[in-house]
Amino acid sequence: MLNIKNLHAAVEGNAILKGINLNVKAGEVHAIMGPNGSGKSSLASVLAGREAYEVTEGSVEFEGKDLLDMSPEVRAREGVFLAFQYPVEIPGVSNINFLKTAVNEIRAHHGQPPMQAKAFLDMLKQKQKLMEFDANLMNRSLNEGFSGGEKKRNDIFQMAMLEPKLAIMDETDSGLDIDALRVVSAGVNKLRSKDNAFVIITHYQRLLEYIVPDYVHVLYNGRIVKSGTKELALELEEKGYDWLKADIRLEEPVQ
Amino acid sequence: MSAEQDILQELAGREYEFGFETQIEMDIAPPGLNEETIRFISMKKNEPEWLLEWRLKGYQLFKKLSMPTWQNFELPEVDFQGVSYYAAPKNKVKYESLDEVDPELLRTFEKLGIPLEEQKMLSGVAVDAVFDSISVATTFKKQLNELGIIFCSFGEAVQDHPELVKKYLGTVVPQSDNIYAALNCAVFSDGSFVYIPKGVRCPMELSTYFRINAKNTGQFERTLIIADEGSYVSYLEGCTAPMRDENQLHAAVVELIALDNAEIKYSTVQNWYPGDKDGKGGIYNFVTKRGICKGHHSKISWTQVETGSAITWKYPGVILQGDNSIGEFYSVAVTSKKQVADTGTKMVHIGKNTKSRIISKGISAVHGQNTYRGLVKIGPNASNARNFTQCDSLLIGDRCGAHTFPYIESKNNTAMVEHEATTSKIGEDQVFYLNQRGIDSEQAVNMIVNGYAKEVLNQLPMEFAVEAQKLLSITLEGSVG
Repeated sequence: MLNIKNLHAAVEGNAILKGINLNVKAGEVHAIMGPNGSGKSSLASVLAGREAYEVTEGSVEFEGKDLLDMSPEVRAREGVFLAFQYPVEIPGVSNINFLKTAVNEIRAHHGQPPMQAKAFLDMLKQKQKLMEFDANLMNRSLNEGFSGGEKKRNDIFQMAMLEPKLAIMDETDSGLDIDALRVVSAGVNKLRSKDNAFVIITHYQRLLEYIVPDYVHVLYNGRIVKSGTKELALELEEKGYDWLKADIRLEEPVQ
Repeated sequence: MSAEQDILQELAGREYEFGFETQIEMDIAPPGLNEETIRFISMKKNEPEWLLEWRLKGYQLFKKLSMPTWQNFELPEVDFQGVSYYAAPKNKVKYESLDEVDPELLRTFEKLGIPLEEQKMLSGVAVDAVFDSISVATTFKKQLNELGIIFCSFGEAVQDHPELVKKYLGTVVPQSDNIYAALNCAVFSDGSFVYIPKGVRCPMELSTYFRINAKNTGQFERTLIIADEGSYVSYLEGCTAPMRDENQLHAAVVELIALDNAEIKYSTVQNWYPGDKDGKGGIYNFVTKRGICKGHHSKISWTQVETGSAITWKYPGVILQGDNSIGEFYSVAVTSKKQVADTGTKMVHIGKNTKSRIISKGISAVHGQNTYRGLVKIGPNASNARNFTQCDSLLIGDRCGAHTFPYIESKNNTAMVEHEATTSKIGEDQVFYLNQRGIDSEQAVNMIVNGYAKEVLNQLPMEFAVEAQKLLSITLEGSVG
């Protein structure tokens, strides 16, 4: 589904990603871990098409198409969803109207007619139940005055509504208390299927107890330096990142 | 950032939708301002002597008054002698029914989306359409008459209800208020007149649609609305003009009078031609609008959506004379291209327990300059007066400007005045967030702006809210900041 080859990217001339290779197939869950500043969130931003990030080398294919060639909204319509590390507030824009617009834009992209109001509301209700999302939040303005946890939950609710093929979750667990973490994880697990895939960016192994990944990758200094299965996450939890850093330093030539 | 540049450029180059001109035979006064012109207008309109005298007094004041110097923009030279002060479609001055109206004129209003024909009036809005200097048609007259409501052109009111006109004309905006108000007194052409009798709740929205068509003409309409004790009326005003290279002057005066327990809701959607992207042409919209809550427990509420005009310069205000009266001002002002808006309100608290509420939302894009200027004045007898002001500015792009000049004068220490202000930029983060959900940048900005202005748009009657929303989209479509 997603095929990243030798991806290099920079922000204002500073290299941030330095040759990422990653292959994600439908039905898989990949976790990306790594210390602060290793480039995890940058990878998410590059995949979603944030303007400040300039791809300097490499390629990204999504479902056989060149992802980097698409505008952010086209990527979204093709089925790439980013759950934001910091979801933004948009005052006065109702959550429901926003979702309706988004759903219909995506449908239009696939040549489908806009959803009828009744069908849309039914879907809204069904997903709201599935995701245990607070109906009061649904009726408010988009993230306006939401707590950090409520914003994250709203993002996951949007994910349920938009039914993406590939969901990238950028530190969705940060700022969530245990209960919210449990609800969000349960929601994600319900959305997992053989047709979609998840890339979960996180600092902590804790989230991966709830959403069990098929693969775990360690990102350090703009590169994936180690890949493994869920056991790798446990090892990281135990030992921290320093042992990996030490290994890498040995490999890197002294400048 | 190049995407932003493209979109801003496209926005700057957007065409004005209502820029067409209607080819129709016109009766036009030669350009120039003097006593002769005033006598000519008065004669054409078959006015009584007292009104001519009143006009001439206005003209004397106009000659004495000087241009203001406090405004936050460069006041362009206005050639008062180069303007024609009277233009009316030829043939008939007064139409008895729509069948007599020139079909070309009706087509114009159709093009503007103003339904004049009775069968289209199911929407429940009574319309008075003013084309250059003349009121073309007033619909729904019969139904209104049955309730004793008077809704007609100003000219007709002078003929049919001179006592009401004489009693209230100039009582809210004195002839000497400012130079443009004085000019309007001298040369006002037509406008609307509304009288709601005691205890009557006007069952439909009353609406006037103003259109400047002829070249080199100004529009100087006058609107007078009187809500007698315990009555209610909601009044809407819309306006457009053709695209022209030269600037045209619109200097209107609106007076509202609310007696005991009466309520007037006045909504404006202003879409005069704003000029091109280089700032050439466009309407100078120099308007004086004021209401007086004369009676106790009366209420006047102004709602305005200002999207057009090269320069907008106006401060719809409320004099809160009656005890327990309420004044409200809700405004969205958009400046794009090289437009300038210096607008706000005046709330003058005189009576006890008077309340005012000001919600102003400025939006600036491209090279637009937006100024909020507001006065909240609490008189010595206005005990327990309350004011709440919220004044927000939204910037799109990095070459536009937002300015705020709030004035507060309080002479009563039991009064409470609150002022809140924010300035924000449409964030790239906000636009990207919406992009990431499949919404393109144009629509994203649209949603953000409409969300921002929602509190004000919510005040508009249904039919107008939709139009205003569309207008905001057209004016700002696709800007990213």
